[in-house]
Amino acid sequence: MAANAPALTFFALFLPFVASVLAPFLTRRLGDRAAWVLALAPALAFAHFCTFLPEIAAGEVVTGGYAWAPSFNLSFSWFLDGLSLTFALLITGIGTLIVLYSGGYMKGHEGQGRFMAFILAFMGAMLGLVVSDSFLMLFVYWELTSITSFLLIGFDHEREAARRAALQALVVTGGGGLCLLAGLVFLWNITGVTQLSLLVHLGDGLRQSPFYLATLLLVLAGAFTKSAQFPFHFWLPNAMEAPTPVSAYLHSATMVKAGVYLLMRLNPVMGQTPAWVILLPFFGGITLIAGTFLAVRQTDLKLMLAYTTMASLGLLVMLTGFGSAHAVEAAVLYLVAHSLFKGALFMVAGTVDHEAGTRDVTKLGGLRAAMPVTFGAALLAALSMGGLPLFFGFLAKEEIYAALAAGNPRAVFFTGLAVIGNALMVAIAFAVALKPFLGPHVETPKPAHEGPVTLWLGPAALSVLGLLAAIFSGTAHRYVSSPMASAITDKKTVVDISSMPHLGVPLLLSVITLMLGALAFWRLTELRAFMVRAVESLGPGPDRGFDHFVSGMVRLSGVVTRLVQPGRLEIYITATFLLLAVTLLVPPFVFGELPKMPAWPEDLLVQEAAFFLIAVIGLVSVLRAKDRLTAIVSLGIQGFAVAVIFLLFGAPDLSFTQFMVETLSVVILALVMTRLRLSPRDHRPLGQTLFDGTIAVACGLGFTLLLLKSTETPFDTLLTGFFNTYSKTVAHGANVVNVIIVDFRGTDTLGEIAVVMVTALAVLALIRVRAGRRASSGEGK
Amino acid sequence: MNTLILRTVAPSLTALMLLFSVFVLLRGHNEPGGGFIGGLIAASALAIYGIAFGVPSVRRAIRFHPMAIAGFGLLLATLSGLLSIVLGVPFMTGLWIYPVIFEVELPLSTVMSFDIGVYLVVVGAITSIALALEQEPGSDAEGEN
Repeated sequence: MAANAPALTFFALFLPFVASVLAPFLTRRLGDRAAWVLALAPALAFAHFCTFLPEIAAGEVVTGGYAWAPSFNLSFSWFLDGLSLTFALLITGIGTLIVLYSGGYMKGHEGQGRFMAFILAFMGAMLGLVVSDSFLMLFVYWELTSITSFLLIGFDHEREAARRAALQALVVTGGGGLCLLAGLVFLWNITGVTQLSLLVHLGDGLRQSPFYLATLLLVLAGAFTKSAQFPFHFWLPNAMEAPTPVSAYLHSATMVKAGVYLLMRLNPVMGQTPAWVILLPFFGGITLIAGTFLAVRQTDLKLMLAYTTMASLGLLVMLTGFGSAHAVEAAVLYLVAHSLFKGALFMVAGTVDHEAGTRDVTKLGGLRAAMPVTFGAALLAALSMGGLPLFFGFLAKEEIYAALAAGNPRAVFFTGLAVIGNALMVAIAFAVALKPFLGPHVETPKPAHEGPVTLWLGPAALSVLGLLAAIFSGTAHRYVSSPMASAITDKKTVVDISSMPHLGVPLLLSVITLMLGALAFWRLTELRAFMVRAVESLGPGPDRGFDHFVSGMVRLSGVVTRLVQPGRLEIYITATFLLLAVTLLVPPFVFGELPKMPAWPEDLLVQEAAFFLIAVIGLVSVLRAKDRLTAIVSLGIQGFAVAVIFLLFGAPDLSFTQFMVETLSVVILALVMTRLRLSPRDHRPLGQTLFDGTIAVACGLGFTLLLLKSTETPFDTLLTGFFNTYSKTVAHGANVVNVIIVDFRGTDTLGEIAVVMVTALAVLALIRVRAGRRASSGEGK
Repeated sequence: MNTLILRTVAPSLTALMLLFSVFVLLRGHNEPGGGFIGGLIAASALAIYGIAFGVPSVRRAIRFHPMAIAGFGLLLATLSGLLSIVLGVPFMTGLWIYPVIFEVELPLSTVMSFDIGVYLVVVGAITSIALALEQEPGSDAEGEN
């Protein structure tokens, strides 16, 4: 067993991807029943990770993995401690329920197989993210979650709103991921390690580094975009365009928690600095308050939940950054509680939407008789979210207040924020869980009835778990909360809060929260109207800003493209040769590397001089040619003369090739010209002739100088000797030139012929485009 | 340009040039020549045939689309390089065998098949450009094989 553990973990990490590949086939075969088979993948992974619980609870860490590119110190390796194990269990456990739920929710949808494939792929990415040990693996999985969530949010791709939301989520979280990459590179440069498990002990050096602040800001950019912190929060509510199982999974326990995970993971290394304890609680606090205020405004069940998710994430970031071990314990408890109740409530919202046909809270009511199990699940989850005694949410809230409440002004301020935020969340929790089910029966678009087992199993399991975890809080703390808190604080931390209310400041604050929440719930309609007006008076938010940003980028790229790609061959050629002339001429003049004037050769043979003369005649006649054909043929004369000169100086292969290239150039140029106008040459104004002529002369001069200079240095015969010695003995060829081409540097040649091939394809496409355009314009006349 | 003289000479000239191109290709390993030069000669031969008899005749004569010939050449060159990996030596290592056929020892190698690949890419690529340009603008005979 012990020997097989790494292989099993490796398998568990890849199981969701395997299931993802199989999902479309299974769904085609089995329909919605495929969900039961597919749910085995996360269930098995869950079972595997459960076997680590005793070891982790005893305070050990499990690492494992395989070398990937040892020369770059890269590995595929994982790192399980209390933090990553808790996340892994949440991801696979809730994932199992979500897969089942998706089976019921997407039943009969033509894209069910595709949906299952996406959500399982996302699960694999998320699982890899939280257990990653190496930085590169963390980054790859991080971006993979962005990409798979893009697919999930845009699942309903025929609707414009879904496409926009998907793109927005990708741009925001993917952009944040790039910042994270930069941050990880910083971490690597400062500490010299590429593994999280090694990084944990190097905090002191990192905190004193002059690059600490830059690293922190980059990492925060990654975490805040992922976890929808203000001002990057806008993508999260828009992502509710996705089918409800996606929201229940990505936006309760997984995707958005990745940022929180990263902050918790880096807390021992980067935490406890002034920047950390100021930035995190500040942004977290703003997100908490903004999230709850925006949530109150909504009437759509999913949007209400989405904004409270944003608020909860703010609370978690605030607690993580607050700076005390107590606050970390509170964050741990709240994170687990939130994953359970928010997942359940999202699924309830989806079930209500699925069975009643609407999720507008003002159009729902009296469903308790029709949907008793769903109502029960919703009630339990809402009680946990509201933080009532006997529920895990209550433990979290007690711990939050115990951690925050202290005499100093900073503590009072953040306690106040937490009370207001929590009170509004209580109101939302009951609005979501009670409004649709209690009160007089309201006609809904579809006659509501209880959904199939797959639809109520998930919410029921999660909400009951929220209750059980609090009743058996000792076990829950021993295996989950304490190891996780220990991992975040990097010292032994024991969470021992129980569900028995005990008198004190925290309980008093809880009571105040509940009373404020009840008040807000009672006056919810007025509060909502007030919030709608208040938000409208604030003007456009960052969501509109995103649109302006995107359209601005599109316009900017249009301008840049038109600038650098004007589409006129003249301009391209002029730019190319101008740059060539500058590159050739500037260095010799600037660095004084001009060649000496070469001496006139004394033993110039008659035939050499003759061919030199022919080349010059060819050149002159190109310039003086009256029509294009003459110019082309004259250029050929010049080329042939050069080829003969190569031959005279003992380079038969080069000369041979030059002959063929010249011949074909003349043929092809002539063919091109017959497609254009053959006879007259262009009438160019004198200015342009002078300008082009100057560039041509400059290029020629530059090349001449370069060649003269390079022949001045004595010829290094090292390579000549090598090739002459080994060409025959090693490569069995006497023609050194050809042996170099096909053997010694064969890989170069392979690249070159691939380029030849691609160029030919491009030329062919260009010719066809022109021919097609001409044909269509001919038809037009 | 399709004068009577050219049309009379073109078939023999093309045949000779093609033969010569193969000769140049094969002798390349020990004498001046090789795949690049051979390919250029063959491309010129086909261009002459095209000037004399028109594009459709050339397309009929070579049977395959020139781009397909180029693609096959690239495939052949790549496979010649990959073969060495199968045998456990680094990519693009030349492998030689010396079969004796009719009491003549014949040196065959992946280097040679690589050079043939180069030849085919050059012939195919240049011929496809030349034929596309020679074609009467507007007449769409490009699609046929």
